[in-house]
Amino acid sequence: MKVFDDVGRGTINVFAFAGGVAELFGDALRFIVALRIRVRESLDQAYLLGVQSWSIVVLTSLFTGMVFSLESAVQAVDYGVGNLVGGVVAFSTARELGPMLSAVVVAGRTGAAIAAELGSMVVTEQIEALQALGLSPTRMLVVPRLLALLIMLPLLTMVADIVSIVGGMWVANVYAHISYESFVDSARFTLPFEDVLKGLIKSAVFGIIIAMVGAYTGLSTRGGAAGVGRSTTNAVVISIILIFIFNFALSYVLYGNS
Amino acid sequence: MAIWARLEDVSVRYGPKIVMQNLSLDIVEGAITCIIGLSGAGKSTILRLLNGLKKPDSGHVYVAGRDITAMREAELIDFRRSIGFSFQFAALFDSLTVGENVALPLREHTKMTEEEIRRAVAANLEAVGLAHLEDRYPAELSGGMVKRAGFARAVVTNPQAVLYDEPTTGLDPIITHILTSLVVKLRERLDGTAVVVSHDLASIYQMADYIAMLFEGAIVAYGTVEEIRRSANPIVQQFLQGSEFGPIPI
Repeated sequence: MKVFDDVGRGTINVFAFAGGVAELFGDALRFIVALRIRVRESLDQAYLLGVQSWSIVVLTSLFTGMVFSLESAVQAVDYGVGNLVGGVVAFSTARELGPMLSAVVVAGRTGAAIAAELGSMVVTEQIEALQALGLSPTRMLVVPRLLALLIMLPLLTMVADIVSIVGGMWVANVYAHISYESFVDSARFTLPFEDVLKGLIKSAVFGIIIAMVGAYTGLSTRGGAAGVGRSTTNAVVISIILIFIFNFALSYVLYGNS
Repeated sequence: MAIWARLEDVSVRYGPKIVMQNLSLDIVEGAITCIIGLSGAGKSTILRLLNGLKKPDSGHVYVAGRDITAMREAELIDFRRSIGFSFQFAALFDSLTVGENVALPLREHTKMTEEEIRRAVAANLEAVGLAHLEDRYPAELSGGMVKRAGFARAVVTNPQAVLYDEPTTGLDPIITHILTSLVVKLRERLDGTAVVVSHDLASIYQMADYIAMLFEGAIVAYGTVEEIRRSANPIVQQFLQGSEFGPIPI
């Protein structure tokens, strides 16, 4: 019987969480549609959450592109299809690796920061203070973070795509002696610009997931410092799980026939 | 004697714990009403009921003639602009300076120019004895200063009422006296209503026009300072004397 209790409680929690996030997102959208946006705060958040993440995104995407090229280039040359390596690296980077890697890295860094900051504001009564002043925490805190990630994550993904492909091109040239021209030609032939855009659409969705999960878990914090710690962990874990699930769903929808 | 707010048969529970059971209380307009009671009795909950931060499980809360229990959150957000709230630990926004904290409600709710806001912030900080500290961050202030900055933020929009949650807890007697006088001075300046939750009997005797004692989810005594001090209710007397002997279970 305890198993059924646990399953039932777990199911209720999942739906309560999904409903809570959806409600918060709906609230935030209402403010955005009504253009009740705090521009200065949104720009500050874009800098804090996006610009300050660029170095870690560049590093992870550079080495991922390099290792991907390293693994594929040598074997491709062995099979006599070295001229396809550029296409393989660019194709997989723009459609999957770039958006996913950037999102996971940003979820770890930024999703945690959002949850910790808002969670600390809950336990120090700052969220209640906003409400007591007749201000909406959604408009003051959630909307700027949502807009920041909605805009910055696709930009970071573009950087990640470029760095990853350039890193892969360099490794392919050094270790498999594939010329830069051959690599670039293959990439241009294999990867339509439309696929790059679809990758950026995925990034925008991941940005929404990171912002909303971070904000909701932060605002739902209970129980002092330990609660803030729990919220931070939950924000990262749930964001990353959702990113993987949504990545599959979006790939199916966006690239299903190609 | 006009009534500013009325709690009518209000019940509140946190999980299985019943905090209030059919509680009724009138808050007199233009007076300072102090709410006393044991720790965890639900005193702060009364303040949150009065500005709609907490909804009762049953009963009604009327403020300035409006039933706020029937309001939606969007209406409550507008409604709360007319009530100042000073939190127990001030709840200043730690990413903003003291000046920015006090200016926030003016920037968000009024069409005042930056110069007008600057002057209003300076005047309010001066009124609470924090002149020229606009650029400090909350972390750079002492406990008493943080409380006073919280007062300034609560009154900067000239609200019709101000709710103070434990305004003197944890402070030395001199700062306690200053803050108590400040509550009285601010009420006179606003010509409004103040509701104060406190354990500090000396402060309460100094500032209160009316005292309500909350015990086991209900108001067990209500009256002027003299009426409460002379109350025959053994619960009130045990609380005022700080005695461990009496009907209050320890």
